[in-house]
Amino acid sequence: MRAFTYERATDARAAVAAVSEPGAKFISGGTNLLDLMKLDIEQPSHLVDISRLPLRNIEDLRDGGLRIGAQAANSDVAADARVRTRYPVLSQALLSGASGQLRNKASTGGNLMQRTRCPYFYDTAAACNKRRPGAGCAAIGGFNRIHAILGAGDSCIATHPSDMAVAMTALGARITLLDTDQSVRHVDIADFYRLPGDTPHRETVLRPGEMITDVVLPPPPPGRQLYRKVRDRASYEFALVSVASVLSVKQDTVRAARVAFGGVAAKPWRSVEAEAALIGRPATMATYRDAARAALRNAIGRGHNDFKIELAERTLCRTLAHLAAAS
Amino acid sequence: MSDSVMRTAGRSPDERAGRLSEIELSVNGRVRRLAVDPRTTLLDALRERLGLTGTKKGCDHGQCGACTVLVDGRRINSCLTLAVMHEGDEVVTIEGLGAPDDLHPMQRAFVERDGFQCGYCTPGQICSAVGMLSEVAAGWPSHATAAADAVAQRIALTDEEIRERLSGNICRCAAYPHIVAAVRSVAEGDAG
Ligand SMILES: Cc1cc2nc3c(=O)[nH]c(=O)nc-3n(C[C@H](O)[C@H](O)[C@H](O)COP(=O)(O)OP(=O)(O)OC[C@H]3O[C@@H](n4cnc5c(N)ncnc54)[C@H](O)[C@@H]3O)c2cc1C
Ligand code: SF4
Ligand code: FES
Ligand code: FES
Repeated sequence: MRAFTYERATDARAAVAAVSEPGAKFISGGTNLLDLMKLDIEQPSHLVDISRLPLRNIEDLRDGGLRIGAQAANSDVAADARVRTRYPVLSQALLSGASGQLRNKASTGGNLMQRTRCPYFYDTAAACNKRRPGAGCAAIGGFNRIHAILGAGDSCIATHPSDMAVAMTALGARITLLDTDQSVRHVDIADFYRLPGDTPHRETVLRPGEMITDVVLPPPPPGRQLYRKVRDRASYEFALVSVASVLSVKQDTVRAARVAFGGVAAKPWRSVEAEAALIGRPATMATYRDAARAALRNAIGRGHNDFKIELAERTLCRTLAHLAAAS
Repeated sequence: MSDSVMRTAGRSPDERAGRLSEIELSVNGRVRRLAVDPRTTLLDALRERLGLTGTKKGCDHGQCGACTVLVDGRRINSCLTLAVMHEGDEVVTIEGLGAPDDLHPMQRAFVERDGFQCGYCTPGQICSAVGMLSEVAAGWPSHATAAADAVAQRIALTDEEIRERLSGNICRCAAYPHIVAAVRSVAEGDAG
């Protein structure tokens, strides 16, 4: 690991001031950043430790929503009684990710900001536009089994690996950001991540130095919630494809629906096309198939990941059928 | 650690490089002071600076669980955290859980149930299992908990639950069936 200096921030304002130095980075749980620093993929010269900032709380909001502090550990959020009862899809998504040990350290902010698991991104000998803009992309034409089928381009076909963010996308979460000039802004999670375009190294709309202070969940949307994750082994494994969905069925008709996919794009993929194909239609497998086809209409396989298109369709159908049966 | 030592911002990078940070933390009930390069992981500090080689380095990337220790009662991977981040924390390693003549119930259960072959993953398995049982006691659900039970905070510690909750600990000797039996025996209270 390259040498760096370390400082522990005592309050959020001091933290953003400290990280405005060139080469400085925040560290929360460290479970992604230190992994990447050991491999020389991330090379910060200064670390600002924000893990002890008073941003661990999970608070009820007056409108029936919930505010989750950026330092709340993944395990604490998953175990929170309010999350379990009002936002079970979020608890399920968190519990499907990583391991008990990692969830105890992983923070809400760090989870949102974690970087792709593309093996060529991890291999400093390989060409990667995300690591070195302009270098090319070894995954296109390479072994791209885990890569994106939606929203990718010719510069990068990496996926975002977070499970938590997929559930938050289905729930319509908003992310609160504190800037280096101390100003605060709110960004919908749907607008937080960027698609690769020509700049796959720019993954979010976060400005240099900006810090996530919390995530706000609006009141739960009507209906039942479910997170379904498909992966190569039963636990401690990233998603090949996942679905977070909320479905409201009354008199055998879909009244409201939310659909978001994980493992298919550089961002958690909300499918308004699938939602539109569901609402007002009979709660039957034929409807779910239409919705799945609508969601994956523009999907492009790259060879090894072609199977993900059908897998995503089937995973959505199964998730919806399960939710409707429980209604 | 005093603020002046920690807050190195403002000095030139040359001046700062290679500077050691002083930390004080409790390890197995004993206060330890160390001057560490900020790059030192908690795992390396335990093994190489404090001579506590019970905690193992398998992958050094969070993928195996051999380095699991308890920090303030919670299980974590000591390879993916910096020693400097643990100022004032209470760390418990396999050496702190029990000694050969005074084994922790989980250690004894692993011996009695043959919960290992080569033993390399065992300290991590045991620390993880101890941390896991307190998570169960706190009513935390897992991926194996049925949705209704997750909401009701009812955790029945089935074998499936044990397997899921310990999935962060890989055993290359595949001693899994005996590990599950050892953990179950402690959970059921017949090993203590
Ligand atoms: C073996 C393994 C398996 C895993 N499996 C899964 C899985 O199945 N599903 C899944 O979703 N994840 C998985 N993960 C990833 C894990 O969820 C992330 O590593 C974790 O969530 C990152 O959080 P952290 O607090 O440790 O972040 P850190 O490593 O501390 O930080 C990550 C990045 O976020 C930035 N950052 C941190 N906090 C903030 C903030 N408040 N504001 C702005 N920037 C910030 C940091 O500067 C850094 O760039 C796995 C990880 C490992 C090692
Ligand atoms: S897919 Fe993206 S992250 Fe992977 S090698 Fe190509 S540019 Fe790099
Ligand atoms: S050595 Fe820490 S998880 Fe493998
Ligand atoms: S006993 Fe050998 S790795 Fe587990």
